[in-house]
Formats: sequence, C-alpha cells, structure tokens
Amino acid sequence: MKGKAMIVLLGLLLALVLVPAAPPGWGQGGGRSMTVTFKDDVSTLDPAIGYDWQNWSIIKSITDGLMDYEPATTTLTPHLAESYAVSSDGRTYTFKLRRGVRFHNGREFVASDVKYTLERVLNPKTQSPGAGFYGSIQGAKAFADGKAGGVSGIKVVDKSTVSITLERPNAAFLHTMALNFAHVVPQEAVAKAGADFGHKPVGTGAFMVKEWALGQRLVLVRNPNYFLRGRPYLDQITFQVGVEPNVAFLRLQRNEVDILGDGIPPADFVKVMGDSRLNKLVAVGDQLQTGYVTINTQVEPLNDVRVRRALNMAIDKTRIVRIINNRAVPANQVLPPLMPGYDKAYTGYAFDREQAKKLLAEAGYPNGFRTTLFANNTDPNPRIAQAIQQDLAAIGVRVELKTQAQSTVIEAGGTKGQAPLIWSGGMAWIADYPDPNNFYWPILSCDALAPGTWNWAWYCNRDVEKMVIEADAMVQPGQAAARAAKFQEIYRKIMSDAPWIPVFNERRYTMHSARLGGVRGIFVDPIHIPVHYDEVRVIGK
Amino acid sequence: MTAYVLRRLVQSAVILLGVSLLTFLLLFALPADPARMIAGRSATVETVARIRTELGLDRPLAVQYARYLQRLARGDLGRSYAQKVEVADLLRSRLAATFYLMLGGIFFELLIGLPAGLLAAVRRRTRTDRTVMLGAFLGVSAPQFVLGLLLIYLLAYKVAVFPLGGYGTPAHLVLPAVTLGIAGGGWYARMMRSAVLDVVHKDYVRTARAKGASEPRVLTRHVMRNALLPVVTMVGLDFGTFMGGVVIVESVFGWPGIGQLAWQAIQIVDIPVIMGVVLVSAVAIMLGNLMADLAYPLLDPRIRYG
Repeated sequence: MKGKAMIVLLGLLLALVLVPAAPPGWGQGGGRSMTVTFKDDVSTLDPAIGYDWQNWSIIKSITDGLMDYEPATTTLTPHLAESYAVSSDGRTYTFKLRRGVRFHNGREFVASDVKYTLERVLNPKTQSPGAGFYGSIQGAKAFADGKAGGVSGIKVVDKSTVSITLERPNAAFLHTMALNFAHVVPQEAVAKAGADFGHKPVGTGAFMVKEWALGQRLVLVRNPNYFLRGRPYLDQITFQVGVEPNVAFLRLQRNEVDILGDGIPPADFVKVMGDSRLNKLVAVGDQLQTGYVTINTQVEPLNDVRVRRALNMAIDKTRIVRIINNRAVPANQVLPPLMPGYDKAYTGYAFDREQAKKLLAEAGYPNGFRTTLFANNTDPNPRIAQAIQQDLAAIGVRVELKTQAQSTVIEAGGTKGQAPLIWSGGMAWIADYPDPNNFYWPILSCDALAPGTWNWAWYCNRDVEKMVIEADAMVQPGQAAARAAKFQEIYRKIMSDAPWIPVFNERRYTMHSARLGGVRGIFVDPIHIPVHYDEVRVIGK
Repeated sequence: MTAYVLRRLVQSAVILLGVSLLTFLLLFALPADPARMIAGRSATVETVARIRTELGLDRPLAVQYARYLQRLARGDLGRSYAQKVEVADLLRSRLAATFYLMLGGIFFELLIGLPAGLLAAVRRRTRTDRTVMLGAFLGVSAPQFVLGLLLIYLLAYKVAVFPLGGYGTPAHLVLPAVTLGIAGGGWYARMMRSAVLDVVHKDYVRTARAKGASEPRVLTRHVMRNALLPVVTMVGLDFGTFMGGVVIVESVFGWPGIGQLAWQAIQIVDIPVIMGVVLVSAVAIMLGNLMADLAYPLLDPRIRYG
C-alpha cells in the first residue's frame, strides 16, 4: 500500500516536471476577436433578471430593446422600433417595429414578442428586479396581482405595431424601453430553456452565446444576421472570469488580454497614468454616477435642516478626491455633470468650517454631537469614511464608523431609524438611464419612503414630489429644455433640504490593448460598462 | 472494520445534519435580506415582497429548513439566487479544479515539508536545523496573497516559465500548488521534525542500529514509518480544508475552485450556494478524517479497529 502511494506520488512529480510550460493558449484570440477579464463570474444573461454592472452590457450585446442610445452618448434612438409616436395626452406610445429582424433561433421578431417580454418582466414568477420600471403601464398591477391574464395597456395593433398606454405620463418612459429588462426575447426559447434561459439566452442581438464554462469563460460569437449593417465589428469575444485584477493587468501588458473588465488595479493606477506608454492605453470619461453621504432626515439631530447644511459645509471634498488618486471630480449637487438637468450655475455648499460651526450652534449644538456613519468595507471606502469622520470631528461632530459588508449596509439603510449617515461608496447611485428622474424616484422620493428601499436619507418633500410629477408629464420632444430647467429647480430645492452630502462624481478609466480601436468614447460609453462591445474594432495585430 | 466504517458514516450523517442546521440558522441571523439583494436598488417595495414570496423566504424558518432537507434528501440542492443555475451544477463545475489543486497542494506540502523536517531533525541544533526552521516559519507566516503574486510576477511575468494564472493544463497547476505547498510545507516540516525527534530515541530504533541496520534503512524503515502517523492525520485534514476551497490562492491564480464560488456567494447572500459549499466542505473534512483513520493500521499494525 505504501509502495503504491509512493509510485503515485512519483508519477505526479514526473508529470509536473515533464509537462512543458504550456503556452498561454487562451489569451488574445487573434484576428477579429478580443478577450475581456473579470474577477467575478458572469451571472445570468437573462435580460429580465441580470442587473449588475458586469452582465448589463453583455446582455445589451445579445438582446435588443425597442429603443437604444447612439454609441458613446446618452442620446436616445429607435432601435428594434423603426419609429414611435406619442399621443397628445402623453400617455400612449405607438411603436412601428423594424421588419425582417430575426431572433438567434431564426424566427422573425413581431409585435406580440414585445407584449410577451414586458408581461414576463411584470410576472412575479420571473423575479425581475426591473418590474418596478413598468409598473406604471396601464393594467400592470392587476396583472402582477394575478387579477388579469394580460396587461391591458400593451396592445398588439398588428404584426409590426405595438402600443403602450401608461397610467400617467412619464417622460422617461422611452428610456425604460431601452433598459435591458425590456429587451425582447422569444417566448418559445424561454419555454424551451426554462429556468436555464439565463445561461442559454436568445435575442436579436449582435452576438450569440457560443460556449459557457461556469467559473471559467463565456464566449460570444458574431450574429451573422444582425440587423444593423456592418455591426458588430468583432467575430468573437471571450470573457475570462476568475481573473485577479493584478494578474489581468500583467496579462494585458503581455498582450494576452484586451480589456481589464474590473479596471486598473488601484495600486498600479498612479504608475499607469504616469507611464507614457501605458497611459496611451487608457480611455478616460465621465459616468452617470454620484458618490454621496445620505443624512437620515428622520433621526435626531439630523432632522434639523441647519445641522444637515452644516455637515454639507464640513466636508473637504478635494482631499477625498486626492485619496482616490484623483479618479473623480468633487460634486456639489445630486446629478452628475453628464446628466440632463445638471446645474452648471449652482455652487452648492462651499467647504467652510466656521460657517458650519455657526450653523450647528444656531441649531442648539455648539459642542457638536455623536452620530454613526455606515460604509462599505471594501477599499477605498473605509479610507474615505475615515476622511469624512475627521472632517466632521473638526466641527465637533464625533462619528462612530461602521464599515460592513455591502449587504449589511444596504439592510441598515433600508431600516427605519437605523443608519444616521451612510457613505454610498461601492453602492453609489449609477443611473439606470440618463434621465434626471432616475436620481429622484428610487432614492429621494416620498414614493420610496419605505423600509427596504434605497431612500436611505428617508427624505420626502411633497412639494418637490409634485414638481417631479409635473416634469414627468412634459413628454413632448419640444419640452425637453423646459423639463431640464424644471429639474434644475427641483434639485436646487432638494439641496436646500440637504438630505445628502454630494461628495464626488467618479470618472471612468478603461484600459485596453493597443490593437483595439473604434469611435472615440466607446471605451467609456456612459451606458455600456466597461465598453460598448458591438462597436469595438481590431485595428492592430 | 466494516462495522467501524459504517458507524463512522452514521456519525457523519448526524454531524452533517447539525452543520446544515447551524449554517441555515446563521445565514438567517445575518442582517441582510437575500430578496433585497436580488431585487436590486431600483426595486419597489412590492417587487421585493413578491420576490420574497417566490423564494419562500416569508415562511417560518422551521418550514424553510424542513423544505430544504426534503429537497436535499432527493439530492436537490436548489438553485442559485443570483445565477439561477442548479447549485449542484455550480458545484460540479468546480469540483474537478478543486480536486486537482488539493492534490497539487498536498503533493508540494509533502515534497517540501517532509525532507525539510527530516533534515532538521537529523541535524538538530546545527545551523542547518535553524535555517530550515526559519524557512518553515517564513513559509507559514507569508501571506498567500503576497506569495502567490510574487511567484506569478517572477515565474510567469518576468520569466515566462508558467502561464499567468488560469486553469487547464498541468503547467497552470504548478504555481498555485507551490504557493499552497510553501505555506503548508512549513507546518509539515515542523511536525516532521518533532515527530522524528520523538522517535529517534525509542528502543526499537536503538535496537535496529544495534543489529547493524544501515543508517538510511534505520531512517526510512524504523524512524520515518513511525513518524509518519501525525503526517497522515495532517494530510487527512488538508484534504478536507482544500476541498472546501482555498479562497485566496484560487482568486490570485484565477483557479475556478469551490473557494471562489463560496466567496462570491457570501457577498450577495446567495443562501442555496453557501449551503451547498458548506455541505461539500463538511463532507470533505469528514472523508479526509476517515481516510486518515483508515490509513493508520496500514502504517502501524498495532492499531486495529474492532
């Protein structure tokens, strides 16, 4: 027995010594293909379910919505729809669909597929995180509650026309039709794959799933029948998962990898940006993101607006931006600069400790008070939370830090009276769609003033809510400018109530191999993270 | 012997049940709501509530646990909340990789640890002994994350002997296995040294020498064989811990093992996956111990299970 074991051991040793170091055969595919690395697994590719930043743009390459955006911009454009019309009351949208578009399974895409797709999202059995985006469609609630067999507001007019009627006008409705949740899937493919549809997705998109080895790689191939002429440029994309960002960075320098899905490792960031050869490979752009501290407007003493304003004045945002190697710009308002409705003229609360102390004294806290700040425990968030803690200490506010797992912080934020202050880093709001109402409804509205939502400031101002509803009724294309102006007023009012301390807007830094190219901006596309896969070209070897 | 194994298996089943119950309770004691994690940030309160109902998370805990056990008895581990795939498939897709890494890790632990420990014992209280023990100490204390990245940087990036992480060929296995081997080898070296020192002064070793056995024969036939018993125990334990996943080494080297799966599942409170991983590691640990116990009589005929 012992002899046998020794033989096995020796054999193993020989095998290890004799097998030559294999060439890294799974690197860049060569030709018109590219390799993207991620640390985490790609989770589901079901457009009704996928809702993390990693699968979000992969799904966009496999499926299509009636609407989409011009690459590298936030400009809406019809996509699977050829055109659309809005009724004069702003409640009914009629979409004329493209003809001759085919799903990956060969069947032609028709109007009833749109109805099926939206009803699937609204069906509670689907467990779609996006159901709420379509709750304002007429009859959606009755359907979700099981009181109706279909959604009465979605009508198949003919094979290539579908009309959707809303309970109330929603200027962001066309954006919700560009969201992945509304990306059209064929009923028969969903029925065939059952619960595995997320791993065998079928759509009309530019790419199709070729191979998926769980925990190792996902390979997409070009859809030869894609309806947009000339797209995609690539024949194949390989997503390698389980790759540590530091190792991915080394592999990119060895030309084994084309795109760092998780970004440049923080420890190497300064080195990369200072290296004239490496920084040429980095695309820089803005994103629809704001990092902020929520101030719970329902707990003492933060329920006093003077205290909340004082906290706003106490934070040295430029120092916090330095802490993250200037990968962001300081923010003074809720909306990020890229968002329509961003207010260039607004200056916000200037950093002024004396003024802050004065306000605290006025509110009855000349010696400050004690409170608690929750933060995500992944770098750099604890360091940022410490900076906030120091800044607040300087005006006499003694902060206890609770750095915890993301899921715990989210739970605390959604529990009434639990978290006085939360630093949003690692969970900060990145817009679902580029419309200013997306920073209002889920995180600042009276509508979301309930346990378990993301309104962690527990903020509700009825006057503001009324204004947002009015702004959302401005659905005609000619009203866009007036609507943006209205949102500037809305967010000024919100900032005057100071439920948040806006801290910074993160910038995007995408590192890619020299052989990739394409229209400027697709590597930091505001909608597609990390890059717009359909638009990437191979320009070198 | 058969009776002994049977008894051990029954004991194991009871322990497994306990492990599953404890994990289940701990997961629900967590201040985190899986339904909310699935629903995402834009979800309305109703959406979260509907998802909770769909998952059965609104039922009493006892009912949920009973349902879990019922399914488990049929071999059904449930579906991942996040990936919507059968947990069994997720585990299966990673078991092979975990198994190879376990073999490789233990191989290098023994390859490094046993000779080092033997050498230190034979040359005890010399400079060799002190150097080996210092090396063992460094190996045990070096953070695997640093060690792994260092090995990658030197042997895969600077000098491209091995691939830069990944999985697939034996060459991919070497660096992660060596990383595990360096850390574990330190333990084995210390254990081997003290085990050998325990044995060398025993009467039977003196007898072997007295009857004229050569020194190599004394070392291998008489000293090593007896000193190996604690080593076998350690190998059994390592079998269990490595099969439960080695999170850090797996993530540094991009090794698609159980540890990565566990780590990701914990981040998002993916309860069925966490339960699955815990059960697999518990089974592995019990198997490892059982195998070690069964190996004792082979090494030492004085040990018998009746």
